[in-house]
Amino acid sequence: MSPGPVRGATPNRRLGSVRGVSVLSPPGRRARPSAPETSRLSSAAREELRRRLLDLIEGHRVVIFSKSYCPHSARVKELFSSLGVECNILELDQVDNGASVQEVLSEITHQNTVPNIFVNKVHVGGCDRTFQAHQSGLLQKLLQEDPAYDYDLIVIGGGSGGLACAQEAAILGRKVMVLDFVAPSPQGTSWGLGGTCVNVGCVPKKLMHQAALLGQALTDSRRFGWEFSQQVKHNWGTLTEAVQTHVGSLNWGCRLSLREKAVAYVNAHGEFVEHHKVKATNGKGQKTCYTAAKFVIATGERPRYLGIQGAKEYCITSDDLFSLPYCPGATLVVGASYVALECAGFLAGLGLEVTVMVRSVLLRGFDQEMAERLGSSLERLGVRFLRKFVPVAVLQLQKGSPGKLKVVARSTEGPETVEGVYNTVLLAIGRDSCTKGIGLEKIGVKINEKNGKIPVNDMEQTNVPYVYAVGDVLEGKPQLTPVAMQAGKLLARRLFGGCLEKCDYVNVPTVVFTPLEYGCCGLSEERAAQEYQRENLEERVVGFHILGPNAGEITQGFAAAMKCGLTKRLLDDTVGIHPTCAEVFTTLEITKSSGLDIMQKGC
Amino acid sequence: MAALRGPAGRFRWRVRAVPGGARGAAGQQCYDLLVIGGGSGGLACAKEAAQLGKKVAVVDYVEPSPRGTRWGLGGTCVNVGCIPKKLMHQAALLGGSLHDASHFGWEVAQPIRHDWRKMAEAVQNYVKSLNWGHRVQLQDRKVKYFNFKASFVNKHTVCGVSKGGKETLLSAEHIVIATGGRPRYPTHIEGALEYGITSDDIFWLKESPGRTLVVGASYVALECAGFLTGLGLDATVMMRSVPLRAFDQQMASLVTNHMASHGTRFLRGCIPLKVERLSDGQLQVTWVDLASDRKDTGTFDTVLWAVGRVPETGSLNLEKAGVRTSPDTQKILVDAQEATSVPHIYAIGDVAEGRPELTPTAIMAGRLLARRLCGQSSDLMDYDNVPTTVFTPLEYGCVGLSEEEAVARHGEDSVEVYHAYYKPLEFTVPERDASQCYIKVVCLREPPRLVLGLHFLGPNAGEVTQGFALGIKCGASYEQVMRTVGIHPTCAEEVVKLRISKRSGLDPTVTGC
Repeated sequence: MSPGPVRGATPNRRLGSVRGVSVLSPPGRRARPSAPETSRLSSAAREELRRRLLDLIEGHRVVIFSKSYCPHSARVKELFSSLGVECNILELDQVDNGASVQEVLSEITHQNTVPNIFVNKVHVGGCDRTFQAHQSGLLQKLLQEDPAYDYDLIVIGGGSGGLACAQEAAILGRKVMVLDFVAPSPQGTSWGLGGTCVNVGCVPKKLMHQAALLGQALTDSRRFGWEFSQQVKHNWGTLTEAVQTHVGSLNWGCRLSLREKAVAYVNAHGEFVEHHKVKATNGKGQKTCYTAAKFVIATGERPRYLGIQGAKEYCITSDDLFSLPYCPGATLVVGASYVALECAGFLAGLGLEVTVMVRSVLLRGFDQEMAERLGSSLERLGVRFLRKFVPVAVLQLQKGSPGKLKVVARSTEGPETVEGVYNTVLLAIGRDSCTKGIGLEKIGVKINEKNGKIPVNDMEQTNVPYVYAVGDVLEGKPQLTPVAMQAGKLLARRLFGGCLEKCDYVNVPTVVFTPLEYGCCGLSEERAAQEYQRENLEERVVGFHILGPNAGEITQGFAAAMKCGLTKRLLDDTVGIHPTCAEVFTTLEITKSSGLDIMQKGC
Repeated sequence: MAALRGPAGRFRWRVRAVPGGARGAAGQQCYDLLVIGGGSGGLACAKEAAQLGKKVAVVDYVEPSPRGTRWGLGGTCVNVGCIPKKLMHQAALLGGSLHDASHFGWEVAQPIRHDWRKMAEAVQNYVKSLNWGHRVQLQDRKVKYFNFKASFVNKHTVCGVSKGGKETLLSAEHIVIATGGRPRYPTHIEGALEYGITSDDIFWLKESPGRTLVVGASYVALECAGFLTGLGLDATVMMRSVPLRAFDQQMASLVTNHMASHGTRFLRGCIPLKVERLSDGQLQVTWVDLASDRKDTGTFDTVLWAVGRVPETGSLNLEKAGVRTSPDTQKILVDAQEATSVPHIYAIGDVAEGRPELTPTAIMAGRLLARRLCGQSSDLMDYDNVPTTVFTPLEYGCVGLSEEEAVARHGEDSVEVYHAYYKPLEFTVPERDASQCYIKVVCLREPPRLVLGLHFLGPNAGEVTQGFALGIKCGASYEQVMRTVGIHPTCAEEVVKLRISKRSGLDPTVTGC
């Protein structure tokens, strides 16, 4: 059985809502004889084409599959034209895969001739049946029929990806709703619209990073002649208040932006109850149901908790840190993700005592040499690392703001245990997708049971054709705000704007905002060595890595250059900007394999 | 001669009469390559050639400035250019950081003041360490270094005069002139030479320059005025016409707007007439406003001339070697190989006609020249799409064409400009004014919209611009840049998010979310 959606009102029950406008004939394309094309579609390609066709049908008011020379097709086009109805016409003799389209179309409609007409997702038939429908008034009825759904699109999750998608769809004239609801963290922290990035991710983290950098600037400034009292203290309250004020303004900005674009926003938890229908439950427990033709799941992730004694009671996560009402004091950061190291970095930069407990490697998935160098840079700032230990229990010694916690940790390599006393324990051991409790099982959206993530095709489409997903919930995609935004925006354009561009997940740059920033794009050295033979590594640039001040600002342009096919030769040919850190890349001469000294000297 | 000009002849090393000998017939020293001028370009060329096995000498001599400032090996960049300028720029930026810090929770008790002496000493010590580093590097690479003032005797021979007046003759198969330039003094202005200083002096002042008048509209003028203002000094820029001529003029006016809104005063359309010293030691400057023809005066502690630079060609006796210079600029005429009118004599860096006056171009040109001279490659220096950054308080980085130049070359209808006013995240908390944070990408209108120029005004523009310069080198199109995923939250990501074209007339202000 097809897992596709079932809607009583639709006579053809096999219609899904996959979008695949790429089969639409590009304007101005020359006709090509298509008759001799023999279709040997693989089953995967057939399935994909089928989904695309269904999507095309679902996505437009009138769709005519036609052949440019066919007189019947011409009559039907004239009819719609005389009715003043805009239609989407696919000339099967003018697209590369016309024969395949016709074949799949006949599977869907049991009609293997053209023209083949759909009105408001209903299969009308060929030329004669269309004219009959016109005479009987059925065609007008079909044309007038209100969209059966409340919305063209409902986005579940108001983070970067969801909002980008919703707004773009609204710009394209669609009726859109966003459902967003933040379940409070175990410590009771909650926040407004905008998702992780705005509230408990990129934005507050970068501001706290900036605060730490300014601490370093204060020290530096004395060397540069600035004189002020030796007594410099940091006030956590001032910082969090400033950060939260800015976050609040962004929440408001997101609300405003949705309102301006006439996107309906409901602060409620969305859960699928049946096909094309979600139940929205707000903070007061009130429930309302909404229907839509298409859905985008953009619910993101939340920090993972350890299943150990005291974790939920006493530990905080990045969900809590940026609005913590008191200075965290001596802090144990558990984990070695970028979140862990960034938090450890800025807390240390603000003058706090910081320990990082690492089970195995730093920054898994990143270039390991860079990760280790980054670790050393943190150590030089006074961050203590407890490697190859995992916490087994967190006990409260003393209540307070902050209180005192005892952490018992066990070695991963033997029976050894250590104990430490901290004011705050911050868990940063990973994040879990918010794909449970949203009714995905009700409509048959598959998730990867192991990690809760949603597998999608290269059009961000789930196995249920009218349900899409963007952002951190996706399986095997970078978990980054700009990626989610790009994916969301392009998805909306493909769904509603006739655009074909897919989100390109290759060579996505990213930066770890530790006090010494680490920027990278492309492959790690390890991956590159796996994917290419070592001796071939010195010409095309397949990976870019920098550890240093402003790595974020530096990496962006290099990422753009990598999009344009950067080679080592071009790097060498580019003139540097003096004096910057970035210019070093234009004069890299020493290969690692040469083993030569790489300390920079002089001018 | 004609044979020597052939491609093979040009680079062949003539067999010397004295094999491997250091001394020629009349006690003169012979080298494969003699470099005149120990700045960025000269040193790069000398070191590269030495590494490739040539016998190389560098002659460097710093004529003290009219105020008596002198410095060590390394040329303008190291001593009186990029390096001290960027450090003083950094000092000024740190002043801004001190202000920001309180908004981020740092409690710093007032008063905060700046000690010029302390900064200058730190900067000067660093510069001295670089001077020393250059000496060591030359030694390591077995490049002979002479602290001589050089002038040509003939096509292959240079006479070096030491500080003590001792003369030494040096001869070489190939000679590279890399003597750079020095600040121009408007000697026609009464008191200019007597009382004014230039960028040759500012970085070596032991005491704060105090209330300063900077005359000129070059990037040197704006950078100096910018950091002086940032250090809390009263700085005024007097310019005859437009700031940053040859740069994109929209960007240039944003740069000066930003400076003006941060306390730098501007006297536009004015030219100085004379400088006098008052009895209290202050300098009284008289100027005329060209529009109204009104004269006005002001008093300053320091007058800094930043009205351009003159190439150091006057004392080289170039005519003895037959090296031709431009009658307009006095710069040395060169071809694509960096060769002068005399085929075995080359000129690189600021002294060469038509070259960008930038350290990295001089370095690259010098190295490529050395490689060609040593038969290692035939690659020529590509002077197109050279990126640069003006280190004003709000930095301005650019690469490729200005909007004006793009329109001039391709026509208004063929050029599309995408632009944005953006707000750096770091500006939000301290409520810094971001009204001049602006980016534009100038490209061809025809898809795929080849990028012709990129202009970025904002924090860390130097760091931001470098990678994009590479992209342009790779032939980036607007579409490719837009397909690049941003790095959040950075300023640089705004470049890959430019969606509003100037032609559309839409508001280019980036809004949240």
